[in-house]
Amino acid sequence: MFSMSAIVEVQNLTKQYGDLTAVNGISFGVNRGICFGLLGPNGAGKTTTIEMMEGLIQPTSGEIAFFGRALDKEALKQIGIQFQSTALQDYLTVNETLELFSSFYPEPADKDEVMSLCDLHEIADRRHQKLSGGQKQRLLLALALINDPQILFLDEPTTGLDPHARRNFWDLISDIKKRGKTIILTTHYMDEAEYLCDEIVIMDQGNIIAQDTPQKLLTDHFSGAIMRLPIANLGDIAISDIGRPFGEHHVDIDAADVEQVISDLLSRGIKLEGLQVKSANLDDLFIKLTGHQLQETSETEAGESI
Amino acid sequence: MRQFYRRFSAILKARNLEFFRDRSSLGWSILFPVLLLAGFALVFSGDGKSQYKVGVVNKTSEVSEFSQTKFVEFVSYKSEQNALDKLRQHRLDLLVNYQSKTYWLNESSPNGYFMEQILLSKINAKDWKKDSVDGRQIRYVDWVLPGILGMNMMFSCLFGVGYVIVRYRKNMVLKRLNATPVTAFEFLTAQIVSRLFIVMFLSSAVFIGCNWMFDFYMLGSYFDLFLIGVLGAFSLISLGLLIASRSRSEELTGGLLNMATWPMMILSGVWFSLEGSPEFIRQVAYFLPLTHLVEGARAVMTEGAGLMELSHHIAVLVTMTLVFLGLGTVLFRWEGDGR
Repeated sequence: MFSMSAIVEVQNLTKQYGDLTAVNGISFGVNRGICFGLLGPNGAGKTTTIEMMEGLIQPTSGEIAFFGRALDKEALKQIGIQFQSTALQDYLTVNETLELFSSFYPEPADKDEVMSLCDLHEIADRRHQKLSGGQKQRLLLALALINDPQILFLDEPTTGLDPHARRNFWDLISDIKKRGKTIILTTHYMDEAEYLCDEIVIMDQGNIIAQDTPQKLLTDHFSGAIMRLPIANLGDIAISDIGRPFGEHHVDIDAADVEQVISDLLSRGIKLEGLQVKSANLDDLFIKLTGHQLQETSETEAGESI
Repeated sequence: MRQFYRRFSAILKARNLEFFRDRSSLGWSILFPVLLLAGFALVFSGDGKSQYKVGVVNKTSEVSEFSQTKFVEFVSYKSEQNALDKLRQHRLDLLVNYQSKTYWLNESSPNGYFMEQILLSKINAKDWKKDSVDGRQIRYVDWVLPGILGMNMMFSCLFGVGYVIVRYRKNMVLKRLNATPVTAFEFLTAQIVSRLFIVMFLSSAVFIGCNWMFDFYMLGSYFDLFLIGVLGAFSLISLGLLIASRSRSEELTGGLLNMATWPMMILSGVWFSLEGSPEFIRQVAYFLPLTHLVEGARAVMTEGAGLMELSHHIAVLVTMTLVFLGLGTVLFRWEGDGR
């Protein structure tokens, strides 16, 4: 029942915690050598999904297959994992931590090579408690790579990093992808998904609400550009008449033909002061699909992330 | 098998590095027992007893003049051997046998000399035979040493294993390990061996250091003492594993660990002997691993007990270890609270 092209296949995966359905019967396949993204706000069920795939959480129902087989300890040797937050044993240096994890696997990758790839040689003798956010993420990534895995799981790898460190991390992941590894990552940054992912699944409240390549999703749902106008400009005209709200102060209009929309607005007496014209991104797609904003949701639901 | 050894030794090494690099807790686990011992040696440096004690074997009904001496406590013994042991340890000042008309004293005891003078003034010396034993006095510090070292081992084993595993579970070190091919058996074995090594290494260091300062009373063999130490530590580590097998709350585990350590601190004979305590207390104490560790070690040191005499303590400790370890392994979860 599993297709042969997919390296990982998920079928009707469900996880319930009591009354709460964290993941609601989702299915998708991941092809070899791509970067696959699970997108959504905190609490959407991304981490629960990825941890079920990693074998850490027992699904309530559904099936997961690696290389056409069910997940077992053998398959664990083929996957590398970076958690959202991982504490490591205290008082160990970067080098010692890598050595420790290296010894867990029968055929580990070359430690020096992994260290070079993740740029760790300079900090090899530093204790990992003293690393900066970016350095720590690079160490965790190196740990995920130490068994030379075919599939790499990254759970929100750049959360909490500054823009510069994020950029570096993205380049690093692109490098790894070039080596033929399959990458499965979760993120709530839409720009990250656009930059890195070949295919994405957008999740909200345990369900998949969209699934395709980022480009395809955008061209399917948006034509032309998005025009963003201050609500104050509308006067008496209702928001729903011309577009959809964006935050409290703006309205978004999908414009297939920008000139046409502008002349329409002018003919209805709407001022164009403060008008922005931009191409649609995944953020806009998410808002369009769910009716709520990504960041807004992540703030209100941050406390109940699963 | 080679895989097992590789993983096991890697976790073992990492855990040992972690412990020995944590200077504050390392320092404390050495300093604490030494300070306690030094404190006791200081407080109990005086002899502590003002009364003279004379042992009597084969007490006759006739009232001898000597036994009327004021301010002397006369203790009756059935076994001469038993009484002689007490005399060697200075727990008696003089031992008298009225039937065989023999008396014994410990040449190194000043009190023995005074008692002998009093005895000689009351009896006809020609009819009596004098014999002597030697043996050093057992100070309180000699007696309390196995208790303090045992207590220190208990804290180190229970908190060092129980607390650390719960901390690992809470901050997801365990979760990360579970995502590797490492098995629970490999992880737990490494934790046990690491803690066993740490505890025995530190206890031996403290013992050797303090022995150099206090010159402890030691009748038995160091091997037997070490063996009892290893078995005791193993049973306490197993108890720590059992307590930490599931919880991910440091507060709850801290409470449970305290619940396990406090009865042992009070009832296991760390500070005072259980000989005179009520039967039910002794029965409770029997089920505490520390009791057997402390009593066993004390028997080796102050009575020179060998493995035969210790066999009962050894059997109890081994049984406890197997039970705790079995339950702890079966109940163990990488992630806590049934998640």
